[in-house]
Amino acid sequence: MTVTEAHRAIHAVFKIESPRLIARIARITRDVGVAEELAQDALVTALEHWPRTGVPENPGAWLMATAKRRAIDEFRRNRRFDRKQDELGYQIESQAEARALDLDEAVDDEVGDDMLRLVFTSCHPVLSAEARVALTLRLLGGLTTEEIARAFLVPEPTIAQRIVRAKRTLAEQNVPFEVPRGSELAQRLASVLEVVYLIFNEGYSATIGDDWMRPALCEDALRLGRVLAGLAPQEPEVHGLVALMEIQASRSAARTSVDGEPILLLEQDRSRWDMLLIQRGLAALTRAEELGALSGPYALQAAIAACHARAKLAEDTDWQRIAALYALLMQLTPSPIVELNRAVAVSMAFGPAAGLRIVDALAVEPTLRSYHLLPSVRGDLLSKLGRQQEARAEFERAASLTRNARERDLLLSRAKASIEKD
Amino acid sequence: MRFMMLMIPKSYDATGAPPDLAAFSAMAKYNQALNQAGVLLAVDGLHPPKAAVRVSFPAGKPVVTDGPFTEAKEVVGGFWVLQVKSKEEAVEWAKRCPGQAGCVIELRQIQDVSEFPAEIQRAMRV
Repeated sequence: MTVTEAHRAIHAVFKIESPRLIARIARITRDVGVAEELAQDALVTALEHWPRTGVPENPGAWLMATAKRRAIDEFRRNRRFDRKQDELGYQIESQAEARALDLDEAVDDEVGDDMLRLVFTSCHPVLSAEARVALTLRLLGGLTTEEIARAFLVPEPTIAQRIVRAKRTLAEQNVPFEVPRGSELAQRLASVLEVVYLIFNEGYSATIGDDWMRPALCEDALRLGRVLAGLAPQEPEVHGLVALMEIQASRSAARTSVDGEPILLLEQDRSRWDMLLIQRGLAALTRAEELGALSGPYALQAAIAACHARAKLAEDTDWQRIAALYALLMQLTPSPIVELNRAVAVSMAFGPAAGLRIVDALAVEPTLRSYHLLPSVRGDLLSKLGRQQEARAEFERAASLTRNARERDLLLSRAKASIEKD
Repeated sequence: MRFMMLMIPKSYDATGAPPDLAAFSAMAKYNQALNQAGVLLAVDGLHPPKAAVRVSFPAGKPVVTDGPFTEAKEVVGGFWVLQVKSKEEAVEWAKRCPGQAGCVIELRQIQDVSEFPAEIQRAMRV
């Protein structure tokens, strides 16, 4: 094995081990920034020694022991006596921790707890959404700064700064390294799920020709979601989010034509949907339902996606169920966009007139004023009702609102077709 | 990227010796570790070759043969489907598999249709 191959192998080990390593060390240092530095130090040591000695039989344990030793040294060197009185409690705890470090590797449960602490800390709401995303991808996703920068189309120094500032904010705000409890948990968990879904959507929005790290974000998000499902198996919305992502990801191969043009869901070749991911998504949805009875927004969105996933052909879609699910979603997270989607489902289930009633009520919505899909949907419903002149006006309005050239052409041709039908 | 990890056991025991419970337990722990790391997409074991069937096409027409197949030197016993960031990561996971002495694990990257040339992709569209 060449040195380069050895280094690549060591980096692969580190990618697997680093989240748990950082989490365990953070329990000692109470600071995720310092914990990451110590983990990196262990990696550097590994890169120096392992090419000669070979990768140890239990590389995770080796890295952990190396990082722990450094953590104890750090702690002994940096005892901060200028801290407030009540923080002495932390110091004493850490001291006892430090003494206990000679014991064998932590029990699996404890490792899980540390990972959860790391998840909640890197997704703490004191940080901006983009800071949470970058920090989470770094500490839990094992992505390098360069990889994160490429994935988000942002210069590397920007991401580096973002991460540095995030760590500093956590330290300055004295964010405790702990899992939130009681009434705080639901809100903090929502913040974690938001980060994971943000990462997924960034990847899902990638287009052909983009750096491959962008669509790879979907895989990163899925992996994070699955890890979270293992750490917090009793949380229905975690399974709901995983279900939603698995099912959405199942359509990747069918979403674009060979020339890179987007294909609408109802027109996709369903034989290109990934059945493995659909099955995983449906299984995760079942778990979410068993735990929470579709009472959360992610589980509901997953249930909607599942309706499409179960239909072998577009015409087999259970639109009534989708309409009912959108009604539930409107109760939980009301928004004009959700209502517009509900209108489409209602029209497919109960006819265009029923859908049009809902769309007409949305006409006064300020947030939808420049949203091209509103007139586009209205035009489609009017056309189905034989009101071709009005349909044409809506299609032309929609065409004027969209920035996508291909979409504009499609809408204009529908406008033309309306005149010909009349 | 996805990899299929194939388990090729050293041999299939024809003597009917009792199952090694410790081995099953170790494998269950390994699968759990894969799952908790978020990399496991699928895992399954296969019935032994004596229960297998082959359909071959020596002259273009199908021929059905029941197992076991004495000419087969390597027999797949089970498989995993992993989602990882690199081949090196797949190798590292394979190294951690608690296989019995003499077994072999083969890693095969799963093809991504979007990497095929355009004309092949078009031909694949129904």
